[in-house]
Amino acid sequence: MAETLTMTGEETAPAAAGLSAADRTAYVDYLLHLGDAGLILGHRLSEWCGHGPILEEDIALTNIALDLIGQARMLLTYAGRVEGAGRDEDALAYRRDVTDFRNPLICEQPNGDFAMTVARQFLVSAWAYELFSALERSADPDLAGIAAKSLKEVSYHRRHAGEWLIRLGDGTDESKRRAQDALDDLWIFTDELFEPEDADRPLIDAGLVVDPATLRAPWEAMVDRVLGEATLDKPEAEYPRRGGRRGAHSEYLGYILADLQFLQRAYPDARW
Amino acid sequence: MSDRKAEWPLWEVFVRSRQGLAHKHVGSLHAPDAEMAIQNARDVYTRRQEGQSLWVVRSTDIVASSPDDKGELFDPANDKVYRHPTFYDVPDAVENM
Repeated sequence: MAETLTMTGEETAPAAAGLSAADRTAYVDYLLHLGDAGLILGHRLSEWCGHGPILEEDIALTNIALDLIGQARMLLTYAGRVEGAGRDEDALAYRRDVTDFRNPLICEQPNGDFAMTVARQFLVSAWAYELFSALERSADPDLAGIAAKSLKEVSYHRRHAGEWLIRLGDGTDESKRRAQDALDDLWIFTDELFEPEDADRPLIDAGLVVDPATLRAPWEAMVDRVLGEATLDKPEAEYPRRGGRRGAHSEYLGYILADLQFLQRAYPDARW
Repeated sequence: MSDRKAEWPLWEVFVRSRQGLAHKHVGSLHAPDAEMAIQNARDVYTRRQEGQSLWVVRSTDIVASSPDDKGELFDPANDKVYRHPTFYDVPDAVENM
């Protein structure tokens, strides 16, 4: 991340100026939530680089990873500007600990087999699609711009993962079993995607961010359509897991950060 | 991996890089069906130059001329200079000839 990403060149974001201190903190937290989702899922996908099932899919997964890292860069940079404490994208990506990360838990779950990676990508991309579609109309023009750019990318991610899920589900006995197992394992992490934080309420009322509960119906419609075509069963979340927004992560995030942050921790401000 | 891959047909990929230009053959790839072939073509062949349009064709559907026929097919065109566009002066205003 050597080059600097400039948005409008101002020190702090215009949208932050009218916010109370508490709301500004909540807004930074929300932006970290979006940025960390891209950073952590993008890192997970990057682990496939050189290990894809075929060359074409290896490139596809890496492309999606690069898109997500790009979104993370924009969102973390912007979070730093709203915060106004001088932290840039690198400081936020490399100098925060597990409990400071705000990504949904599903993003940090292991790649597993190809079916697991595809199912995770589909569930998250379908959520991100509805999220960015709504944020495109945010009262904050900076966030609306980031959402508009990201929406094109996640549209493709959703399509790619959805087409794969259909082929795995409606494929061989083994691919169907693996796809169903993946959905069953991941389903407990989906409720979290649609639960607002109390601190978000003033931001929702101000039209800056979206109430995630409103994303659930269109997300379910898309998931139902694809699972129907894939002849897969929709699981039930018996014991939903949550906590990503508050920094209560699964054991996996620490290992990801050890990998992701090692260089900057060992050699602070190293550049090449 | 090679056994599995053999089950997937080969597709030839054509990319139109700009409006007004013809689709151009850029290479080939494996994919289980047409929809995935388009997606793979997008990922493998258009991620830097950003094409405008993609075609994929099953390699087995392409009919090719035989190398043995090279002489009769192509040689007669070679010995008449006026057949070649370079024989004529093309005005600068004409683009993409």
